[in-house]
Amino acid sequence: MPHITGAADAALMELPWEIPLSAWPEERIAALPRGLSRHVVRFVRHGATVLAVKETNREIAYREFEMLRELEKMDAPCVHAVAVVSRRRTPSGEELSAALITEHLAFSLPYRALFSTALRKGTLNRLIDALSVLLVRLHLHGFYWGDVSLSNALFRRDASEFSAYLVDAETGDLHETLTTGQRSYDLEIATTNIIGEILDLQANEDLDEGIDPFKIGERLESRYTQLWAALTETEVFDTNIPYRVSERVRALNEMGFDVGELDMLTTPDGTGLHIRPKVVDAGFHSRRLMRLTGLDVQENQARRLLNDLDEYRAVHLEISDDEAFAAHEWLTSIFEPTIRAVPRELRGKLEPAQVFHEVLDHRWFLAQSAAEDVPMPVATASYVKNVLPLRPDERAVLGRSLAEMTAELPALTDEFGTTFERRDPFENDNTYAWGEVPVPDNAEPPQVQRVSTKVPAPEREPLSSEIKERDRKAGVASAVAVESAIDLESAVEPDEESEEESDSEESGF
Amino acid sequence: MATVTYDAASRIYPGTERPAVDALNLDIADGEFLVLVGPSGCGKSTSLRMLAGLEDVDKGKIFVGDRDVTHVQPKDRDIAMVFQSYALYPHMTVADNMGFALKIAKVDKSAIRERVEAAAKILDLTEYLDRKPKALSGGQRQRVAMGRAIVRQPQVFLMDEPLSNLDAKLRVQTRTQIAALQRRLGTTTVYVTHDQIEALTMGDRICVLKDGLLQQVGTPSEMYDTPANVFVAGFIGSPAMNLSTFRVENGDAIVGDSRVPLDRDTVAKMTAADQGDVILGFRPESLDRVAPNSPGAIAVEVNVVEHLGSDAFVYGTTPTPVATGHDVGVGGSGDVIVRVDPRDVPGKGDMVWVNIRPGEQHVFSAATKQRISVAAVKTDASKALKG
Repeated sequence: MPHITGAADAALMELPWEIPLSAWPEERIAALPRGLSRHVVRFVRHGATVLAVKETNREIAYREFEMLRELEKMDAPCVHAVAVVSRRRTPSGEELSAALITEHLAFSLPYRALFSTALRKGTLNRLIDALSVLLVRLHLHGFYWGDVSLSNALFRRDASEFSAYLVDAETGDLHETLTTGQRSYDLEIATTNIIGEILDLQANEDLDEGIDPFKIGERLESRYTQLWAALTETEVFDTNIPYRVSERVRALNEMGFDVGELDMLTTPDGTGLHIRPKVVDAGFHSRRLMRLTGLDVQENQARRLLNDLDEYRAVHLEISDDEAFAAHEWLTSIFEPTIRAVPRELRGKLEPAQVFHEVLDHRWFLAQSAAEDVPMPVATASYVKNVLPLRPDERAVLGRSLAEMTAELPALTDEFGTTFERRDPFENDNTYAWGEVPVPDNAEPPQVQRVSTKVPAPEREPLSSEIKERDRKAGVASAVAVESAIDLESAVEPDEESEEESDSEESGF
Repeated sequence: MATVTYDAASRIYPGTERPAVDALNLDIADGEFLVLVGPSGCGKSTSLRMLAGLEDVDKGKIFVGDRDVTHVQPKDRDIAMVFQSYALYPHMTVADNMGFALKIAKVDKSAIRERVEAAAKILDLTEYLDRKPKALSGGQRQRVAMGRAIVRQPQVFLMDEPLSNLDAKLRVQTRTQIAALQRRLGTTTVYVTHDQIEALTMGDRICVLKDGLLQQVGTPSEMYDTPANVFVAGFIGSPAMNLSTFRVENGDAIVGDSRVPLDRDTVAKMTAADQGDVILGFRPESLDRVAPNSPGAIAVEVNVVEHLGSDAFVYGTTPTPVATGHDVGVGGSGDVIVRVDPRDVPGKGDMVWVNIRPGEQHVFSAATKQRISVAAVKTDASKALKG
């Protein structure tokens, strides 16, 4: 019997631990985009969640499990470690590697998935910025990563930025505080790995040759250094001290950090003050939003939502005195109706807070072209109708668009069509060097004809725009005789739409 | 190529009293393969990271060659950490995989090609330089990863438990490869492991640490044949040495019903603090099976028999205690490990009788736990060791 430690979830026992992970039955495997990885890593459906299962040796699995749990306690951005499975044996008694189970971070994307879709200008820079924030945050917690790279992180959309999360803690170490040497070496590894990853993307023509990998590497270093300095530097003030201290705190808040403790020390001559932030915590805005509304969102999303909340207060003078009350009003009359306006089948596309952010953006564009303010319900309806359906599904637990995403990743899979190519025994997306590599035998590998992981899209009610499009085509093809019928349909349609809109309006305002 | 010198180097973590590494003095010769070994928490990794620049040196100094690197940033030390596992990038050629990090260091193109070719020659990868990693075998991929470190041509290689994530079989293969490669390159290498077998098979010299303190430095055979104290005696060698405390009477140690004669010089080194006791150590291969109930033989009840290819070991207990000293803290539980002929192994629960081979005992002070016998103890197993 396998030995499972960590999770209070008996259902984990039912997974086929007696089979090597690489051979797990297809129906267990969730087709998710994945990054480069050192070991066999597969995503497994488990109830409503998706788990990432990594095969590695027992000591390493336990060590990484403990480390991730420790980091999570410190509120560091990392994946949640679920359990370690050891003492795995095949029915014939052969020993199998231990496995570390982590929970897949919903709505997160490995960097390769972001490059596979048309890369918006600046995405790469935003990823690097997110990674540098992650590195600073981990270093503040005393975590030496040891193998910083884009593939060892996951990215989540966070308003117009990204937030990065630590995925692979295998090479890391936790210390009380890090030495300058540890930090600078971590940064050096990061730079080298990222340049390697970008060169590799370019070698595969996934990324424009015009991008200079070395500049990207430099960007990481300068971003990191700037942020680290802002968070930890000692400043000396000798005039207007209370103002300067509160300015420093405000500047840190602006960057999204809470200052828990401040070290203040009078200069030897007694005329000035050394100040240095001692305890800083990321998540200033997300904590404030949490306190006010109970919404648990990422930092930049929180910033955006708080801005909207502030605007709401400014307009509604009657409640603006009481921040908590205003927040409640905003939540029930603005935020929640907007989120509820997203039809169920589109909810897997983006996180609710991200949807809200995009609606605000959309509203701005509408207002620009209309040259006047556009009310929130109108903006929401227009967004749900025109923008959201075109977005890829990013929750990563639903079948349909995930399979599409996987198909968009030629760099990682050969899953084209309905059959899989026979795998070369050396074929491995994650060409890691010292890991175990199967030795090819001379016998032909067994011919496995697997069914595609591409799940057909679930049936859904066609959107009104689709009905119109379909009917328009039908109309072109058919005789003029049907024209009256089309007229009838198109005459009906605006009504349907306005019904939808008024729906959201009702619940909204 | 360079020597490495730890000059009374200490690392004291903030908020702790006891140094993690306590005044380490160590000279590593140019081109030497030195293994730092010890149980977890002994300070071996910390010592390596002090050399790498990842841990501050709170007292003392560290030199690479003649250069004091105590306060130099890691990247300026001309040292390469070799990772457990490097990513090989699937879409880049072997040559690019090996050489791209040099581009970051602004080495010019022709120099990069030159260095990559030189490394490829050493690694037998010349004909694969323009292929993708996909086309290589597992062993070749490992060599490409090594190539990434080699092309940097550092003064010193550092390796921290590089084999820990491999399975047992691959670990044995890879350790042979690393040792052979180091010899071909002749680059000074410091290697950390908790595994004393790895240390004995790979190192030119071994440095054993415990609680941040250097216990002994020496060649594998020095460590095996003349362990400097009880800790090293028990740590080096597998299965472990049998150690226990015995009373000394008229120059003989009393082991159960028999007497083990000790050197006059050894006995002379005993002090009052020893209270007339010594600690004796016997390797499993220094015990011979004899006929049942032979005079002076020690009876051992067999608990477990372990087969290791050409050897077999009996893990047993002595039904009548043989330890006669005051304080039998060291190995006093009555456990004994005996090497036996693999073609004639006793069963579990059997009784075997053993004698100690004359002259194959290690003698330590009962009070200080330091070695007091002088002569190196050569056993069958020590012949295979280097140095």
